[in-house]
Amino acid sequence: MPKNVYRGLYLVIAILLVLPHVLPNSYYLDLAVRMAINAVIVLGLNLLIGFAGQISLGHAGFLGIGAYASAVLPTHFGWHPLAAMGAGALAAGLLAALVARPIFKLKGNYLAMATLGLGIIISIALRNEAQWTGGPDGMPVPSMGLFGFELSNDRQWYWVVALLLSVSVWASLNLIDSPFGRALRALHGSEVASQVVGVDIVRYKVAIFVLSAVFASLMGSITAHYVGFVSPNYADFFHSIELVTMVVIGGMASVYGSLVGAVLLTALPQALATFEGWETVVFGAILMLCMIFLPKGLVPTLAAKFGKGE
Amino acid sequence: MLSQFLQFLFSGVTVGATYALAALGFTLIYNASNVINFAQGEFIMLGGMLAVFFTQAGLPLPVALLLAMLIPAAVGVLIEKLAIEPVKGAEPVTLIIITIGASLVIRGLTAVIFGKGTHSLPAFSGDTPIEILGATLLPQSLWVLGITALVVVLLWYYFNRTLQGKAMLATSFNRLAAELVGINTSWVLFMSFAMSAALGALGGILITPITLTSYDVGIMLGLKGFVAAVLGGLGNGLGAVVGGLLVGILEAMGAGYISSAYKDAIPFVLILFILFFMPRGLFGGQSTDRV
Repeated sequence: MPKNVYRGLYLVIAILLVLPHVLPNSYYLDLAVRMAINAVIVLGLNLLIGFAGQISLGHAGFLGIGAYASAVLPTHFGWHPLAAMGAGALAAGLLAALVARPIFKLKGNYLAMATLGLGIIISIALRNEAQWTGGPDGMPVPSMGLFGFELSNDRQWYWVVALLLSVSVWASLNLIDSPFGRALRALHGSEVASQVVGVDIVRYKVAIFVLSAVFASLMGSITAHYVGFVSPNYADFFHSIELVTMVVIGGMASVYGSLVGAVLLTALPQALATFEGWETVVFGAILMLCMIFLPKGLVPTLAAKFGKGE
Repeated sequence: MLSQFLQFLFSGVTVGATYALAALGFTLIYNASNVINFAQGEFIMLGGMLAVFFTQAGLPLPVALLLAMLIPAAVGVLIEKLAIEPVKGAEPVTLIIITIGASLVIRGLTAVIFGKGTHSLPAFSGDTPIEILGATLLPQSLWVLGITALVVVLLWYYFNRTLQGKAMLATSFNRLAAELVGINTSWVLFMSFAMSAALGALGGILITPITLTSYDVGIMLGLKGFVAAVLGGLGNGLGAVVGGLLVGILEAMGAGYISSAYKDAIPFVLILFILFFMPRGLFGGQSTDRV
């Protein structure tokens, strides 16, 4: 492991520490919290898509499982929010493990189809089971208590999420440089070659899929508590695509790219709000332009240009 | 019992024909370029919306329908020239995001130009239902099925009996070899986007008198067309048609006998099960990987 591998992490932590003191108002603080939450989700997804080379077009489904576990279990069954969050993560992990084996026999576009289908089924179920989920209108989420504190204002949330983000970046950096991470990159490079040298490719694919699903479910719970409300849109196809776009625009297989992608695409819809009615058109055009001119994503392209890797 | 079954079958086959046309569109583009075109659903939507717009503008029906197919075809070609050709050989996920970007642009522009309301198109030959064994069949369903069947026959003829069609087939088998024998593969790419958009639009036009249309109907229709294409085995033309009809019929049966609320989930449950047991769809055949 090169010794400057943590330089970027220190920079991220420094930015996270300074940010709340320079943000002009609570609107920007709220935006920062959303960016950080998305960044954690995208980190997990990038492990799957960028490093292991397995596409998922249904990841918002796992977010939805976590978010709705945190909404439904405390509201209807009086569960403690942390227990509900754990149950959501467990459910998402189990579901991922259950479908992963048959799914990861598939490749490329067939895999895209299967994950897309899985995500859509989850979002349709959330929309239809109105007696539990409030249906298309969504439902409120009770607030989150942590060790006797009530997490109520944005500033407290900011520090929680900032801590989660720092830990996730640290964990991702380590994971990539572990035997597990090397196995993932190997199977991305060539599945046959990695099998030949003894990598159990199915086991690794399943493991990374389950891990990213659990990541997503936990962050879904966090989002639900932070926003105080969940709706089925949170789990739908378009949101899955948004997440994949964050991965690709930031840069596949790039830890810091995940952060850049999450920050840019969280800010973009806010910035586009001024286009009144044209948001979708502009958003679509930006997606296309980015992919046409920066197919490798922002961070890897810039890193190559200035001659220093991550 | 029988009449109910027939009723579900009729509505299933009718919608299934639209999915089949969309699936054929996916297949054409996939064969020419290995791209899964997620904007396919928007061509379906565009066809329906433009047909509504042109008929309301007072154009005679045949002219309106022709324009409603030609304009999406032009849009398809535009996407190919501006967004697909420049990134030849990019990763599949990059291409997927490009076509999704294109679909957002089309959907967004349609919402800006035509508004977000729901529109209807008068049926081509009246609304008097035909009774068959206690079930009713709309005359428009006959139009949908008839024209879809005609299109399938024409496509079969084109790909098996004409030089142009054979050139397209050859490109789908081996692009490099096709280029070596003098086939203009960028023309093939151009044609496949034009044809696929026109096919999608045709499906959208035909079904609109039955199901209505609005700027956002393309997403689900397109995704179900994708399910149909994968079900039949990506790249297989006959598979796409069978897949489309199968998805339509099972969706209608599921909605009728099991749960109408979960109607939209049925194609996706179906495709997951099929892929679990037949990883390359119904007619995908075996594949070998080159190392």
